[in-house]
Amino acid sequence: MAGAAARDKRKIGLKWSNPAVRSVVYQAALIALVLYGGWFIVTTTQANLARLNIATGFGFMDNTAGFGIVQSLIPYTEESSYGRAFLVGLINTLMVAGIGIVLATILGFFVGVARLSTNWLVSKIAWAYVEVMRNIPLLLQLFFWYFTVLRPLPAPVDSLSPVEGVYLNNRGVVVPSPVFGESSAFFGIVVLLSLVAGYAVLRWARKRQSATGEIFPAWRTAIAIVLGVPALAWLFGGAPFTLDFPAYRGFGFDGGMRLIPEFIALLLGLTLYTAAFIAEIVRAGILSVSHGQTEAAYALGLPAGRTLRLVVIPQALRVIVPPLTSQLLNLTKNSSLAVAIAYPDLVAVFAGTVLNQTGQAIEVIALTMAVYLTISLVTSFLMNLYNARVAIQER
Amino acid sequence: MENRFQALLMGLVLGAAIVYLFMPIAKAPGPAGNRLAAVDRATGEARPETAAGDTLARVRERGELVCGVNQGLPGFSNPDDKGRWSGIDVDYCRAIAAAIFDDPDRVKFRPLNAKDRFTALQSGEIDILSRNTTWTMSRDTQLGLDFAGVVYYDGQGFLVHKDSGIAHAADLDGATICTQTGTTTELNVADYFRSNGYKYKVLSYEKNDEALAAYDDHRCDAYTTDASGLAAVRLKMKDPSRHLILPEIISKEPLGPVVRQGDPQWADIARWTLFALINAEELGVTSGNVEEMKSSDSPRVRRLLGGEGAYGNAIGLSDDWVVRIIRHLGNYGEVFERNVGTNTKLGIERGLNALWNKGGIMYAPPIR
Repeated sequence: MAGAAARDKRKIGLKWSNPAVRSVVYQAALIALVLYGGWFIVTTTQANLARLNIATGFGFMDNTAGFGIVQSLIPYTEESSYGRAFLVGLINTLMVAGIGIVLATILGFFVGVARLSTNWLVSKIAWAYVEVMRNIPLLLQLFFWYFTVLRPLPAPVDSLSPVEGVYLNNRGVVVPSPVFGESSAFFGIVVLLSLVAGYAVLRWARKRQSATGEIFPAWRTAIAIVLGVPALAWLFGGAPFTLDFPAYRGFGFDGGMRLIPEFIALLLGLTLYTAAFIAEIVRAGILSVSHGQTEAAYALGLPAGRTLRLVVIPQALRVIVPPLTSQLLNLTKNSSLAVAIAYPDLVAVFAGTVLNQTGQAIEVIALTMAVYLTISLVTSFLMNLYNARVAIQER
Repeated sequence: MENRFQALLMGLVLGAAIVYLFMPIAKAPGPAGNRLAAVDRATGEARPETAAGDTLARVRERGELVCGVNQGLPGFSNPDDKGRWSGIDVDYCRAIAAAIFDDPDRVKFRPLNAKDRFTALQSGEIDILSRNTTWTMSRDTQLGLDFAGVVYYDGQGFLVHKDSGIAHAADLDGATICTQTGTTTELNVADYFRSNGYKYKVLSYEKNDEALAAYDDHRCDAYTTDASGLAAVRLKMKDPSRHLILPEIISKEPLGPVVRQGDPQWADIARWTLFALINAEELGVTSGNVEEMKSSDSPRVRRLLGGEGAYGNAIGLSDDWVVRIIRHLGNYGEVFERNVGTNTKLGIERGLNALWNKGGIMYAPPIR
């Protein structure tokens, strides 16, 4: 076949009527145009920047930032550099996106399954949730959570305190923070070992079941090990940490850990909004599995829960994962709406304050775009790996 | 293999031909390597006359000035319910329009937030930025912009809730401060608390109104901006008497208009329009007496109003340019009193903004 095609081509030769020649010519022409376009944009920009005496390059990243950021997971002071401020913003973005992705996926899954429930009330509640959440613009939802729900909370002096040590006010949520003592390392090792043991039980049970068909309550055992062993260690070895209780001082609470309302509002908005879309994707995925599969499982005597877990969902995942990936990407990108409610994410800190103070719009915006592109590509890559695992194994 | 190579060659030639055809549209030389050197020089030299240079000609051609102003800051630039803008920054732009067109209304005001203002000027979207902008060295030297002077000498202060018991800036140790992103206030707050060893948290909002609302809801203990702005926003509050402006001023904020670099004539117009306003006040020329003053015996007044010399001509305007400005807008003192003075709601004293011979530091080089 291939040999014949090559012979044909040689016969037709370098003529316009030869489709191979035409396609190469078109492609080369396109490449030349694209390269020229890129070159034109770059040189024009450079010339204009030079003409306008606007500073260029990434040298500013080492300069002192000089401004404060309200939430930072890494040490940051006003003396830190713009590069450090960039990192702070990036980590804040990753934090809200990462937690949001986990929560939205879990919630979306439950709501999606609930929509298909035979229980009328459950399925209608899920339906109402999906329709309300996905039909209201995300920005409005953020405003709702931030301005209507979290803002009217009392001032720090009159904080709500549902549990001793936990305070709720318009500056956020303050909870006691653990302070690790001497026995922490021992406790950590115990936790780690119990996790490994739990995983080993699961693997052993699966192997045994494929070999002998005998079922072992693996999950229950694993959870008991993971929770029980550390609990015993706590009981006999003493508490692994002490709690640092927040105390009201001056303008607010000192000590403890706090979540600022901007973070809470953004996380709530992103999670609830994206979960509605994920729920629909999950529902579509489950519906895509032929009802015959369920019936067959029931005929074999599998209970409803196990039917869902062992028969339906593994097949549904093939349909669910690709669109789920885009929803997770959307969530990450939507986190840039943070700027509207003063959460110090990458866009607010870097493409906002830093851009304004350095005036280097091209560098700052290009870097910001590159960051979102990288986060999205990495997320896609991981999801594609997962997709390859759940895809139909063709033989 | 050989065929493919020849086809590729053909394609490249075709590509080059297409690029060559597009060249006149893109108004830039083709990708040929030997032309590269000429390109940069060509764009570097030819452009300034058309793009950056001759702002005046483009304003004249357009028939109006495009002026970047604040989205809403009473006394500086604020639209009323009919959409008519007023304020010191607004009047300064009207003064330039009056000098060029003899008509203070031939200005289009482009409201800008703090973050976008410099980009709007750099890109040529506006002709001049008159948006309570602090003159700092980095802004003057790194943004490709030039400051034309100081319209208002300001300083940064704090607004607090009266019931919080805060009476001095020193009481703010540990406080949360609300401000607007993209302003010098973010830096000043950091400087102030850092140099005093105080702890603080800062929340930067994109819009001023959001920062203010957050402060009003007690999300923050204090709101900070320029002292003149504080007087203005206090009026916007539901109950102004429940808010207190702290006596401390923590920074120098010389606010002034900004133009693009690379057009000296336009920079001169911006600078000398401001100086003309100040000189007019110093020489006692007002909107009421400008016509009589034209026949004044004082050579200084005659030079100001175009009776002697051709000073307007030197910056591309008519020689009665100052007459036009003063007739429509009055002198600096009139502009100040009309917009922020003691008889307005803002009730700001002249203070630093009084003339140099009246206890302030407003001083303009002479027209001669």
